[in-house]
Amino acid sequence: MRFTLSSFAALAAALCSLPAAAQTIYPIDRAEILAGSRFDLKVEFPGVVDPARVSLTINGHDHARVLGRSAELIAREDGKEVSSLLLRDVSLARPGVYTVTAGDGAATRSVNWTVYGTPARRAAKNVILFIGDGFSIGHRTAARLLSRGVESGKIKGKLAVDEMPYMALLTTQGTDSIITDSANAAHAYTTGHKSCVNALGVYCSRAAKSLDHPKVETLTSLAKRKGMAVGAVTNSEIEDATPAAMVAHTRRRSDYNDIVRMYYDSGIDVMMGGGSPNFLPRSVAGSKRADEDDYIARFRDAGYAVVTTRSEMLAAAENAKTTRLLGLYNTGNVDGALDLKFLKKGSVAKFPDQPDVVEEMRAAIKILSRNKNGFVLMVESARIDKYSHSMDPERAIYDTIMLDNAVGAARDWAKANGNNTLILVTADHSHPVSVIGTVDDNAPGGEMRNKVKIYEDAGFPDYRPNGEGYPVSVDVPRRLRFIFGAHPDYYDTFRPFLDGEFVPAIKNNDGVMVANEKYRDVPGAVLRVGNLPNEGPRAANQGIHSGDDVILTAMGPGAEKVRGQMENTDLFRVIAEAISLAPNGKSAATAKP
Amino acid sequence: MPSPDSRRPAPESAALSRRAFLLLPLLVVPAVPALGRTAEALSFDGLYQSIGVLGIRYSERALSLKGRPVRMRGFMAPPLKPESAFFVLTREPVAVCPFCASDAEWPVDIVVIYLKKTLAPVDFRQRIEVEGRLEIGSWTDPRTGFVSQVRLVDAELAR
Repeated sequence: MRFTLSSFAALAAALCSLPAAAQTIYPIDRAEILAGSRFDLKVEFPGVVDPARVSLTINGHDHARVLGRSAELIAREDGKEVSSLLLRDVSLARPGVYTVTAGDGAATRSVNWTVYGTPARRAAKNVILFIGDGFSIGHRTAARLLSRGVESGKIKGKLAVDEMPYMALLTTQGTDSIITDSANAAHAYTTGHKSCVNALGVYCSRAAKSLDHPKVETLTSLAKRKGMAVGAVTNSEIEDATPAAMVAHTRRRSDYNDIVRMYYDSGIDVMMGGGSPNFLPRSVAGSKRADEDDYIARFRDAGYAVVTTRSEMLAAAENAKTTRLLGLYNTGNVDGALDLKFLKKGSVAKFPDQPDVVEEMRAAIKILSRNKNGFVLMVESARIDKYSHSMDPERAIYDTIMLDNAVGAARDWAKANGNNTLILVTADHSHPVSVIGTVDDNAPGGEMRNKVKIYEDAGFPDYRPNGEGYPVSVDVPRRLRFIFGAHPDYYDTFRPFLDGEFVPAIKNNDGVMVANEKYRDVPGAVLRVGNLPNEGPRAANQGIHSGDDVILTAMGPGAEKVRGQMENTDLFRVIAEAISLAPNGKSAATAKP
Repeated sequence: MPSPDSRRPAPESAALSRRAFLLLPLLVVPAVPALGRTAEALSFDGLYQSIGVLGIRYSERALSLKGRPVRMRGFMAPPLKPESAFFVLTREPVAVCPFCASDAEWPVDIVVIYLKKTLAPVDFRQRIEVEGRLEIGSWTDPRTGFVSQVRLVDAELAR
């Protein structure tokens, strides 16, 4: 092919219009922003700019006129040959569409934001947001089969979550990928903005330091500004991504020591979980801090009751004077229901008096409801996800039952206390898990795979639930066959792990992820060759998240907005509208297609 | 309690009586397999009196062994770099490499090993034995920023 002058000119024109060299604006295009909520505005230019030629307008007006202040020009961001504009902590009070245009004299780029208000009248006094971390449809079905059972082809009883009237499918993808982690997934719920894997309360910009990225305001901050009480309770480490999304602003979820400071600075009223070492000053044995900051003392000095056992928690909650509480029950994650209540494995011997999530929630509600302006409480059953990563079905299912017990207790509380609490139950992301049949130890045949029963042979498993809905024995002869669709190499043992959480795979000395030999000699164990990367930096040693939609279930005032297919960020908006976080603007909800 | 460092000749050995000297081979022969085992064995459980939410209490025995050679058995966590003189010894194989995954946290009861010389990683699935001088107390590695509470320094792999 011969290039003519005109085709060359066309190619040159096409190259000039490539978006690669354009500036990037945060919040990003298509962002939906709650009126009056605070955010950082950042423009990243592809090179060093001439300050005289830089422009930043909002709906055609200079940004300073709209936002009240001028952005700072950073000539060489992080010492690199790139300039940025940065304006922290601004807000837009009036709902509407805003076109933000940034230019450096050579190129311009525009993004659109939609700023929305909320109804002036508050529909809900309180909000309880349940997050089953990784809680997928397979978990829900399995929890129902184990805790309710089947009779005459029908479920003997519904789960608490089954009885809630409103339901939607949430899509969970983020700004960087179709797959989220618990950080940007929970961030979507607590800020209404999309972000990238590992990020909490920030957009993922090119900033070198994890705490320097452009921030957006959290639900905790907004609710506290409204005079409400706020809490976060979990059975993970309290610094872990889901609860941390209530308060944190960091590009890197593993900034645990910073996250502890952010909890403190947020003024959140109740926080419970594990993860105490990041609260202890470096000089205390067992600390994971790199400084001498003593956050146990700081929280105490700020008026928090600090408790470390279930008994202490119950006593503090009973005390009518308790309005703020820090509960730390384990150095790591709080043990899950199967270990805590039945097997006594995990760290139960070390920490024999830990509360479960239901007890944490009851105590939190007791304390938070002392605020007459209402409360926002996040309740997380965190280990559904963790046990799905470790491919330990029974532990994940028991913790799903625990989540549902907490939902039932919240529903009963709401009913007895004015029916003015919005209850939302969802997952942050899914796992590729499924109920595919049963395993029957008494079936004929030597190999365990031939004891896997499918279709009509599967029948019904032998579990007998106790009063709390937990099977009294997890190791029944005919048990659920619950499988993981994406996995590393591992030994499939076809049975529950009675001696402690499963560890499916370990890296060998060549850096290859291989099946954990510990399970090789379990009678009937079969090597499953993995279907995930086993080499390189993303070699998988466990199950992974999937990009499947998650279910959002809702009841109470404001719950009627939950329907159809929604973005995960829409959940934030459901909360914002129910408790009227932007009462000065009319709701833009009806303007949406 | 055996000498903390019996690899070094004890002063008494120069003053052995002739009779003792003659008897020495009888004593030494059965002791040969144990010659490399002069350091005190210390288990993960033996390190602590208690692990509490608000801090760890070390056992009296562990505290008495501070600054002395001990040997510990555990698993090498996949290290930060393939060849390193620094690694983390854990009670059980770690399910998730905390160096590699941003959502993984180290167990609270880890022991950090500083080796005498760089070592290619061993099989992370196999229990290993490490011998080194026991250090207890918070220390931040200036090179990596890694904070540790219990360390074996000038350490060597026993197998």
